[in-house]
Amino acid sequence: MTPAATVPAPAAVRDAASPAPVRRNRFSAFVHRAKDAGQLVVQPRMGFSRIPVMREGLLAVRGANAASVGTVTLDSYTRVNDHDSAREALRTGADLNGFPLVAHGPQATTGMLDGVTGPEFPLQVRHGSALPYPLFEAMVEAGIDATEGGPVSYCLPYSRAPLTEAVDAWSRCCDLLAAQDDQMHLESFGGCMLGQLCPPSLLVALSVLESLFFAEHGLTSISLSYAQQTHAGQDLEALAALRRLAGERLPGIDWHVVLYTYMGVYPRTPVGSFRILEESARLAVRSGTERLIVKTPAEAFRIPTVAENVDALEFAAAVADDEARFGKPELPTSTGLYEEARMLVESTLELGDTVGSALVRAFARGHLDVPFCLHRDNANKSRAYVDPRGLLRWAKPGAMPLPPQDLAGRRPLSAQGLLDMLGYNERRFDREQLTRVPSWSLT
Amino acid sequence: MQEITRPAKRFIVSSVSSDAHMWNLVFLQLLLEENGGEVTNLGACVPDQVIIDECREVRPDVLVLSTVNGHGHLDGLRLIRKIRSEPDLQDLRVVIGGKLGVRGAENVEFIEKLAEGGFDGVFESEGALSSFDEFLRGIGPTRRLGPAARPALEMQEAVA
Repeated sequence: MTPAATVPAPAAVRDAASPAPVRRNRFSAFVHRAKDAGQLVVQPRMGFSRIPVMREGLLAVRGANAASVGTVTLDSYTRVNDHDSAREALRTGADLNGFPLVAHGPQATTGMLDGVTGPEFPLQVRHGSALPYPLFEAMVEAGIDATEGGPVSYCLPYSRAPLTEAVDAWSRCCDLLAAQDDQMHLESFGGCMLGQLCPPSLLVALSVLESLFFAEHGLTSISLSYAQQTHAGQDLEALAALRRLAGERLPGIDWHVVLYTYMGVYPRTPVGSFRILEESARLAVRSGTERLIVKTPAEAFRIPTVAENVDALEFAAAVADDEARFGKPELPTSTGLYEEARMLVESTLELGDTVGSALVRAFARGHLDVPFCLHRDNANKSRAYVDPRGLLRWAKPGAMPLPPQDLAGRRPLSAQGLLDMLGYNERRFDREQLTRVPSWSLT
Repeated sequence: MQEITRPAKRFIVSSVSSDAHMWNLVFLQLLLEENGGEVTNLGACVPDQVIIDECREVRPDVLVLSTVNGHGHLDGLRLIRKIRSEPDLQDLRVVIGGKLGVRGAENVEFIEKLAEGGFDGVFESEGALSSFDEFLRGIGPTRRLGPAARPALEMQEAVA
């Protein structure tokens, strides 16, 4: 039996005729319909500079045998509001690493999406911009269903903008979205933070804090993110903590959780990269996660092709279906992650009258501190490490209010030590291919 | 008269204007510090003018640019032309490395262009680190390598 035959027909999810019980953003409505049908929504990261190529890519994702939603990933010039350089690249035909939405303009973007997107195939724009107001204006005008980011998650790791400026910019962006009749769905990128070596409690706390920031500005359709890390059981504990905190903190908000397949140094063998993708799809199903953003085997080397993206989506959907039908229960670790994340959220909120001002103060005093992050508004005193069991843990808490850590025997980090930690998952999933050691434990 | 050299000591590590990646910068700082270097790390997405201002302020032995987002061939070329057009920075040693384009193995075609633009070393992806290490060991603190002496570039081409 082919994997395709085991996947329920996407048509069940694509059927937009059955009305949703509450009026929902059509991106969110699609995600909830899929969940009700027992399907994991899968989504690529995909962006091309030219309109015909981008459109073909979206059509291919729509045609995938999976409950897929479309993604338009923007280019790096648009991310930093250098729209002139993006226009210049379009003029000269130079390669960009994504779709320059502002340079193309809302009209051209709407035209590109005409006949492609709809309630049965909603679209998210992924951008990475710390100061995205011009982009948000263009997205609103183009009628985009969903986007993502956040004042912390797109400032500290990706920008030089001061955190106060990012908070102001995201406040205006959220206000703009909240004022629309059909509100855009907004996903916090707070569960990623440099992709790796940020302990899960801080990822969960930041995802919740950014969602509270969105809600404070009147947004009603939100997703909270978490990125797969180094240990399946710890990730399961983290996702449970995230859902519990979201349930407690976001009453009346239409929310779901999105998992990112590993965002760090990616396995380099095809089998290794499919195995880490497989583990993320199983993790999504086991944790009750509604949506998964996949990676492809090309990830370690270059920007993937459309066909590679579609393969990854269909593979993830088939694995998710297998897990839903035949998966065995998997135990989360029990490391007090929920308590730690809740403490970080609550103690941060006490620092300001608004979520935005609380976040600014928390980072200014190192109360929140993303390990290794070079942004000037991040204290950069905390450090993390991968322990011998594969758990991602605090090595140095900096000024964060964390329980005392067992630091015995921790040596200063060397450049090679950093590379070893960054390559932990790469080695873990490539190992069987490169050494033929059977049944290496994943936990 | 015998020339006395000491290893390059003061470094600026920086991304280019459109590149948001950070781990490459964290790693390079640790590597240079382990070898006795003093590092000013400018972080991600640094505008050209900030890099130029910092070079005037810090007066580094080497400006090390690292970029992996695929725009390096565009941002790097624009930046090095600006740097070389400043009279007081014409002799500054500047190297760039990482993933310089979006085409994987074909990125090597950008190396020559960047070197012609005025970089003293261009290190593309695979094998770049050992070439960079060679480069660091081959330079003194102040004088810029002439265009005839770009071992790193030649090594890189051999690798690719």
